[in-house]
Amino acid sequence: MTAIDPSTLDIEARRARRFARITKADGWFRVLGLAWLTPILRAAAGDNPRAQLGEVWRLLGVPLVAIGVFVALWATLAPQVQTSLGAVPGPVQVWEQVGELRQDAVREGEREAAFYERQEARNAEHIANGDTDRVRDRVYTGKPTYYDQIWTSIKTVFFGFLVASIVAIPLGIAAGLSVTANAALNPLIQIFKPVSPLAWLPIVTMIVSAVYTTNDGMFSKSFLVSAITVTLCSLWPTLINTALGVSSIDKDLVSVSRVLKMNTYTKITKLVLPSALPLIFTGLRLSLGVGWMVLIAAEMLAQNPGLGKFVWDEFQNGSSQSLARIMVAVFTIGIIGFLLDRVMYALQSMFTFSNNR
Amino acid sequence: MKTTLAILLATSSLLATSAAAQSLDLEKEDLTLGFIKLTDMAPLAVAYELGYFEDEGLFVTLEAQANWKVLLDGVISGELDGAHMLAGQPLAATIGYGTEAHIITPFSMDLNGNAITVSNEIWDEMKPNVPLMDDGRPQHPISAAALAPVVEDYLDRGEPFNMGMVFPVSTHNYEIRYWLAAGGLQPGFYSEQDISGQIGADVLLSVTPPPQMPATMEAGTIFGYAVGEPWNQQAVFKNIGVPVITDYDMWKNNPEKVFGISAQFAEENPNTTIALTKALIRAAIWLDENDNANREEAVQMLSRPDYVGADAEVIANSMTGFFEFEKGDVRPAPDFNVFFRYNATYPFYSDAIWYLTQMRRWGQIPETMSDEWYFETAADVYRPDIYLEAARMLVDEGMANEADFPWDSDGFKAPTPASDIIDAIPYDGRTPNAYIDSLPIGLKSGQTVLDGEIQG
Repeated sequence: MTAIDPSTLDIEARRARRFARITKADGWFRVLGLAWLTPILRAAAGDNPRAQLGEVWRLLGVPLVAIGVFVALWATLAPQVQTSLGAVPGPVQVWEQVGELRQDAVREGEREAAFYERQEARNAEHIANGDTDRVRDRVYTGKPTYYDQIWTSIKTVFFGFLVASIVAIPLGIAAGLSVTANAALNPLIQIFKPVSPLAWLPIVTMIVSAVYTTNDGMFSKSFLVSAITVTLCSLWPTLINTALGVSSIDKDLVSVSRVLKMNTYTKITKLVLPSALPLIFTGLRLSLGVGWMVLIAAEMLAQNPGLGKFVWDEFQNGSSQSLARIMVAVFTIGIIGFLLDRVMYALQSMFTFSNNR
Repeated sequence: MKTTLAILLATSSLLATSAAAQSLDLEKEDLTLGFIKLTDMAPLAVAYELGYFEDEGLFVTLEAQANWKVLLDGVISGELDGAHMLAGQPLAATIGYGTEAHIITPFSMDLNGNAITVSNEIWDEMKPNVPLMDDGRPQHPISAAALAPVVEDYLDRGEPFNMGMVFPVSTHNYEIRYWLAAGGLQPGFYSEQDISGQIGADVLLSVTPPPQMPATMEAGTIFGYAVGEPWNQQAVFKNIGVPVITDYDMWKNNPEKVFGISAQFAEENPNTTIALTKALIRAAIWLDENDNANREEAVQMLSRPDYVGADAEVIANSMTGFFEFEKGDVRPAPDFNVFFRYNATYPFYSDAIWYLTQMRRWGQIPETMSDEWYFETAADVYRPDIYLEAARMLVDEGMANEADFPWDSDGFKAPTPASDIIDAIPYDGRTPNAYIDSLPIGLKSGQTVLDGEIQG
């Protein structure tokens, strides 16, 4: 008899394969913020449960306990602060408002359906009367719901961020490659980077109003104002990081490109971009985060549609539910900001081999 | 046979009605209208919620605005097709005070609806100067004379006495100035060089947007304010202040907000303008009909977060005929908010002229103007012709009563008698300069403010 049973060997191999797969998946779990899944899967796959349990506790238990402590502290401390709008709302009241906002959205949906029904009836009547030129299909004129506001904000931030990236990456590459370009851009970056969004906003508003005079163009003015403000503020992290990434390319690689007599385009696409990509993505992540923060402030001040306007409207309403509703918005803003960061992190992991942030 | 005929007639007239309602050839059907979170925007909310706009073939989006300046700019730039406005705004814009633009109003939104509130601390200092009624409650209306010694104390200590109003050309600015001046306090002048409005002032007035009034007073930046509802009742509910006088007690049935559109919009879209006015008149009728029977429903509408958004009980106070002064001191105020009766929606020239006299009184109009100038400016901005055209169509369609409209008015209300005004100075819109000269505090004919001094 041979010492090792072939079937055991087979099991061993399968086990090893399974662990390899879990290790591979772990990379993705980390990106998605689900790192605690790995030890659970490992334990399920037969790894030492005790050690894995410790991991689960660290990755899942501790954060959950922290959140629990936070909620408990909030629930006990909040009612003790009396404002003129009543006590500061605790978690229960805030959760109630989540339901209220959902109810609002449902009600608005019903009104919207009724609006379209009336419109159809009207159109049918026009057709019956032979007034086909009076048939109109128009979009519902009612209030944006909370979900609409969230969606508006997300669209705006991505538009502004996209424009910022389109401007910042080429400029950053130029600044990184050429000392002259860097000398030209540097003072501008230093001066404009610290400017608050609230200072940009009046300027942007005036310029957009002057330049974009049509009232039925592709974008609404308020959308452009918010988006451009986001662009102006979120430009800088990408620009600076791109410049840094490009300028710190391995000198040997640059020498190689000289030897190969690469033209500028090939040099940028084949050499500069791949090696600067991790830093560019770091810049993009920072930019999106800045953009999101800036957007809410801009919406609040300019009363442009979005979550910022929701917060400001509720502050102005001054009803007994206002504070709780604002807190719902605060959590929404936080969670969406976190998700945006995760999306960028995931993109970064997809495009770069090294995950050094 | 007779009944068949009657039914036939009735149906044909019904058909005629619906045809008439649709007969306006609208130049623009999709409109965005702005408003400020105040109960007197109610006609807009009602016209939207009850489908009056849609009945006229209009598809309206209502948008809350951050403050009166943003709202005015929106109407001027065309981003807003029209808006709930301070009566002074179309007038000031048309004569070029602030941003210049020709704005008109075919519809006046309401009468009364404002009050002046002071913080609890100021009220405590003021209260000893207020005469009491037999039941121990303060006697209303309270004159600013009760505030005068308090202000004097502040000035003696070298501390400025700050109060808030909502906009330089707002009703509230003129009302709080009227009240202060009637009580012997100087609210300060405007001049061409100094537009702060605080030249020679005992009480420093500054601008705060309506919904922020309670918060600003709570923070101690201002000691009191003049604002529309619900922001006075809010101060009572939040326990941070005491309304001392309503504008009804200062001047019975004084004109308040208007619906403003740019003259260009009205010129390019005459039928749309009439349709808009029709919908708003219907809303105003609904708000006042059957002795304010619909007010409770209106309160529910207004308390929705996209309109005024304050708690329904706060809005209900003034909207349903009561006003709460000190906490628990609830007094009946049946005419606190008037939307239709007493011809509230008709844009009277004499109302416009009163605002212009106040602009002149405080130096916003720097030079003396002829009486004719007042009449012409009023006729330039206030457009009863559009209003009456809309009203006529509503009457023809059976949606309004012939008797409810002043068909033969020349645009001037009967002079307000002395007994209806807190300082007993009567107002007659036909003699603006004589009226200005009859007011004890303020600029008189021939006077101007130069380098912080009254000249002439």
